Amino acid sequence: MQGARQRPPGRRIGKGPGLQRYSVFALARQARRHHLGWQRAWRDAQPKRAYDVVIVGAGGHGLATAYYLGKNHGITNVAILEKGWLGGGNTGRNTTIIRSNYLQDASAALYEKSRSLYETLSQELNYNVMYSPRGVMMLAQTEGEVRGYRRTAHANSLQGVATEFIGPERVKQLCPIIETKGPRYPVLGALWQPRGGTARHDAVAWGYARACSDMGMDIIQRCEVTGISSENGHVTGVETTRGSIATRKLALVTAGHSSVLAEMAGFRLPIESLPLQALVSEPIKPCMDVVVMANTVHGYMSQSDKGEMVIGGGTDGYNAYTQRGSFHHIEETVRALVETFPIISRLKMLRQWGGIVDMTGDRSPILSTTPVGGIFVNCGWGTGGFKAIPGSGWAMADLLARGAPGPIAGPFGLERFREGRMIDESVAAGVAH
Amino acid sequence: MSRRLETGGLFIDRNAPMGFTFDGKDRGGFGGDTLASALLACGQLVMGRSFKYHRQRGPVSCGAEEPNALVGLGEGGLFEPNARATITPLTEGLRAISQNRWPSLAFDIGAVNAKLSKFLPAGFYYKTFLWPRAFWKHVYEPAIRRSAGLGKPPSQPDADRYEQVNTAADVLIAGGGVAGLAAAMEAGRNGARVILMEQGPRWGGRALIDAPLTGETIDGQPAADWIEMAVDTLETMPNVTMRLHTQVSGVFDHGFALAEERCADAGPAPVRARLWRIRARRIVTAQGAIERPLAFAGNDVPGVMLAGAVRDYAVGYGVAVGERVVVVTAGDDGYRTAIALVEAGLAVPALLDVRRGATGPLVERAQALGIRIEEGRGIAHVSGGQSVTGVSICAQDGPGEVIEEIACDAVAMSGGWSPAVHLWSQAGGKLTWDEGAAMFRPDHARPPTGADGSGFVLPAGGSDGAASTEDALRSGAEAGRLAAEGGVPADLAPPQAAPMPQVWVMPRDAGLALREKMWLDFQNDVKVSDVELAAREGYRSVEHAKRYTTLGMATDQGKLSNIGGLATLGHALGEAIPQVGTTTFRPPWTPIILGSIAGSATGAQFQPVRRTPMQDWHDANGADYEPVGQWRRPYSYPREGEDREAAAQRETRAVREAVGLLDASTLGKIVVKGPDAGRFMDMIYTNMMSNLAVGRCRYGLICNDSGFLMDDGVVARLSEDTWLCHTTTGGAEHIHAHMEEWLQTEWWDWQVYTANLTEQFAQVVVAGPQARKLLDRLGGMDVSREAMPFMSWAEGSLHGFDARVFRISFSGEVSYEVSVRASEGAELWQALLEEGEDLGVTPYGTEAMHILRAEKGYVMIGEESDGTITPQDLNLGWAVSKKKADFIGKRGLTRSHLADPERPRLVGLRSLDGTVIEAGAQVVGPGVTPTGQNATEGRVTSSYHSPTFGHGIAMALIRRGPERLGETVEVTRIGGGRQKAVLVDPVLYDAKGDRLNG
Repeated sequence: MQGARQRPPGRRIGKGPGLQRYSVFALARQARRHHLGWQRAWRDAQPKRAYDVVIVGAGGHGLATAYYLGKNHGITNVAILEKGWLGGGNTGRNTTIIRSNYLQDASAALYEKSRSLYETLSQELNYNVMYSPRGVMMLAQTEGEVRGYRRTAHANSLQGVATEFIGPERVKQLCPIIETKGPRYPVLGALWQPRGGTARHDAVAWGYARACSDMGMDIIQRCEVTGISSENGHVTGVETTRGSIATRKLALVTAGHSSVLAEMAGFRLPIESLPLQALVSEPIKPCMDVVVMANTVHGYMSQSDKGEMVIGGGTDGYNAYTQRGSFHHIEETVRALVETFPIISRLKMLRQWGGIVDMTGDRSPILSTTPVGGIFVNCGWGTGGFKAIPGSGWAMADLLARGAPGPIAGPFGLERFREGRMIDESVAAGVAH
Repeated sequence: MSRRLETGGLFIDRNAPMGFTFDGKDRGGFGGDTLASALLACGQLVMGRSFKYHRQRGPVSCGAEEPNALVGLGEGGLFEPNARATITPLTEGLRAISQNRWPSLAFDIGAVNAKLSKFLPAGFYYKTFLWPRAFWKHVYEPAIRRSAGLGKPPSQPDADRYEQVNTAADVLIAGGGVAGLAAAMEAGRNGARVILMEQGPRWGGRALIDAPLTGETIDGQPAADWIEMAVDTLETMPNVTMRLHTQVSGVFDHGFALAEERCADAGPAPVRARLWRIRARRIVTAQGAIERPLAFAGNDVPGVMLAGAVRDYAVGYGVAVGERVVVVTAGDDGYRTAIALVEAGLAVPALLDVRRGATGPLVERAQALGIRIEEGRGIAHVSGGQSVTGVSICAQDGPGEVIEEIACDAVAMSGGWSPAVHLWSQAGGKLTWDEGAAMFRPDHARPPTGADGSGFVLPAGGSDGAASTEDALRSGAEAGRLAAEGGVPADLAPPQAAPMPQVWVMPRDAGLALREKMWLDFQNDVKVSDVELAAREGYRSVEHAKRYTTLGMATDQGKLSNIGGLATLGHALGEAIPQVGTTTFRPPWTPIILGSIAGSATGAQFQPVRRTPMQDWHDANGADYEPVGQWRRPYSYPREGEDREAAAQRETRAVREAVGLLDASTLGKIVVKGPDAGRFMDMIYTNMMSNLAVGRCRYGLICNDSGFLMDDGVVARLSEDTWLCHTTTGGAEHIHAHMEEWLQTEWWDWQVYTANLTEQFAQVVVAGPQARKLLDRLGGMDVSREAMPFMSWAEGSLHGFDARVFRISFSGEVSYEVSVRASEGAELWQALLEEGEDLGVTPYGTEAMHILRAEKGYVMIGEESDGTITPQDLNLGWAVSKKKADFIGKRGLTRSHLADPERPRLVGLRSLDGTVIEAGAQVVGPGVTPTGQNATEGRVTSSYHSPTFGHGIAMALIRRGPERLGETVEVTRIGGGRQKAVLVDPVLYDAKGDRLNG
């Protein structure tokens, strides 16, 4: 790529002249100076007139895309534009579950790549994203679910994803606060992924942002894209609230607002935007060491390192762009979890919030070229994008750098909706992701 | 040391002593006390430990905003962690324990964190615990988790009950202070249906304590008298509903509001809490304001409290938080506290007013009482560890040079008041920064908007910035009047706010050594220096700073800390507060009990159980159930010595050899009727239904618009314009909804009516070689082969029952489905059992049904199909019309991937060794995928042991399967290894159909 600043791939973050390396020793050194010597984690960049690649959306997916563009492809003349604050969309609003126990081959490949990148992400970014492979279990509470999860376990065995189907006794042993003998939907077993878990969502965005900034990329916050320009079917740049920026490669990575951006570029996306809500309880001492998803009753829960019970459920039934939803959904979710974990009944809800999720017809993401040359989209993560951040960035960077999808992104192109080649995960689970 | 005063205490009843325990020690208090006031009265100042550094914490407030005094209450199934002692009513025998300490509140190992605090600034955990990698999961994280958290988790299921109420109102008023009462009176007088809710145990709010201190009257009456009058008046209004102990906790879109009533706080109650779901035309927020702490070094030492709280304890509860209380204030409010304390006989060695030249009645009153007032002064630092021993005072404008040290045992601080804008903001109301009053207040021009686009929330009183009782009264009445008329907040004049200097750090130019000891968030241990660190490191958005430092993320959700944090961040960034903005206000206002959100829908009531008319018989005859949707269907009926699988084998044999009965009442029965019903049926089903003759049945398929199979079932034409569609059990509701969606959104002008009659009819499958004989014995209808051939139906009187009899089969045997009124289902079932006894009649469950259909090669929706399967995949292409111009799914089916000949298709599969293949097993393909996975070329969709053939049988979807019969493939096994199996025809039983048609 002409004008691209090349750098050797794989350099360790914080080894360069510019960036402070984080460690316990650095903390001790800084403590003597009252922590006055810490530098900015990322530069607050001013937009330049042109970049090799412009990424719209500085959430996890956008930042990871930028990071792997630099790391894997040596492309660092990159701007990441964010209309609000980085990591402020679904990256900072989700329930932080990481798993790859997917049924379909294409999904398993993508999410397992992502999960495996999470394993070493803290060390790679020199930023503790607190990946906690505490194990994820998906409860089977109907015969249909038992069959579905057994099928997934079989599929995972060929996909190289370590899962197993476990019985109710093992469920109880791994998570003693579950009521396995509930009167309405007793637990019949579970799909168990021992290396699934959680991570600290904000830290993922911040860690990537710091690494991108270290590579010389410009993260430009409070910069809203207001128009996309193209000539002869190829993108030429974007209009923003902070001026025009020229580029020949543009990645739209804006989750719930993807349709809005696509409209600016002159094409449509098969996306609907819906509110998805979550809530946390007040913090309590550790009582739950695993992540539990219960799809029959419709809710999932884990305990954060702070001690809050982190709870999520399904999407609201209507399209919206407001980051709040209806209380009825919270009720259904809480009801499901009180049923599954009776001891939480006497805890209190501290906070509820919502995000806007971008749903496709098959509930699988889109990593794709578009009808406009040089424009690429990464969206459609629906309710399960957080777990995919590293893998998504990896595959998207590959797509951007080469202009065509690699093996991971391949099945997730837009053409699949025309061809009917759906990647449907709802087959195995009621809550799609 | 804190203690009970000899006299005084508006809220307590000294004639009602109460015993309680704290950390196992016996204590005493009075009726009307909160747990916090009673503990303070006993000299127990330290009530908890902070989250991060485990520092000792006493209460800082006297209300719902309390971040420090959190305790565990009760035992066993009544244990509640993280209860705010400041709003917990004292009851006889209450058992409270302190939290987040080990082994004891006084001596806590975790307090080592405080010693290490210089190494543990904001976000330290992002910078360390990186190596070795495995240590995060096994060492660091467990240690952090143990240190974090607050209360202990409950160990037993909740022993209490909860309930929910749905109601509507013209005007919902949140907060029962003077503004709320005035609003309710005004709205009530105007005839509006009013609901007035107050979180606390009494009406009147701050006026009860504050008005008498300054001699303020309301409408010319003493405040208490006016409040009593207002409550009496409201109680006589039939259109006004009043609730104490009830917090309006959330305001949502379109006037939906949520309130939690703590019934048990008012005394013994059958339910612990009641959740109110309210649809209100207008909502008046009158929750008052929250006092702000001041940021000075050592402001977290137990005994440093909000000035308002100090006088509430003194005047309301007759409790002295200290003998000598230094007051430090940025506005007038500190004077109220100083006056109250002196009047209660306590010493105020100094009142430090950061302002110079303050005047007014409060100042004069304080001067008249001889209180030493120091102008332009602040606190340099507080001395003391477990409690306050003194303060060093300094000039506010300066770096903090100590002028004088004053011995004292408590500090009352007032940094001004922030309107409680939470409810206003939750549903999207915007705020405006009032520079003169140094506060965010509701922007009446940008309210939350309802369905009609107009603002539906009206702020009043302190929530709207009112500084005086008089102004609260006026603004409350105005809001109440407007709300009753359906007016909008733009028409509401905002009340006058008190001018307030902006004092965010004390002293103004404090050095780092002081700023490292100034707490902003008491629970989460976030200090001024932490917010500055966040800004320095580039976490400059207010949301970044919040998340990086955890400021405002404690259980008070920033009620005390937010504004100070914003100001500190703004200062560090060189930005004004309105530019910094606020974090988002989210429900609930204060935490609500998860149990009250769940309500009574727990345990057996979690979801309704749908029961068929024959369910009592199933219950009485040992049915082993499986949940199917909200139904529970018998899986099988195990007899003595049988397990459920053995029973299913026996039941299968009985159908093949004699006659079986299946309760098929759960199957969907949807009637489609009308002049356009025929063309509607042709659109819904893939095959032709309009040409079905009256009296005949046809198997039909329903696809979604993508071309994937949704459901199947037998359709019967009942009359010229009426079709009856049978669906799967799980499909009844969503197929009906699917039909209605198309009717209502696409074909709204077609004359078609649909009705889901699933529960109106009981249906019994009578299947097996003796089926006809059994129905003949019942008598009344001719069910002979000639009169009723396969795929026909007839109506008649069978054994006296009005019945429809369908000759259809899902087993491969001669089979009838008998449909009668639901009310007669149990009798029909009984009659079939009695008449068929010597024929070997055997009830069978869903598993035998599965085995029977698999032997016959019939597909099952949800087993062979999963939402990605076409009719052609299941060799059902014959049921997809090629003649029809259109049907739902037609276009979808033409897409390249759906028409791909390489798609997996249905075959039978038999293991070489005859054992049962695992259902869900993958058929291993050659090579690997582009991403390096082992390739698959299909999967086993269902698998059973067949009693008819004596070996395992299975169905599978395999690439080009029907072309590969006889080929051997490998399938996966759970736990590793592979199994060899051969592809066979899926129809194993009676391939020619002799038995079916016999």
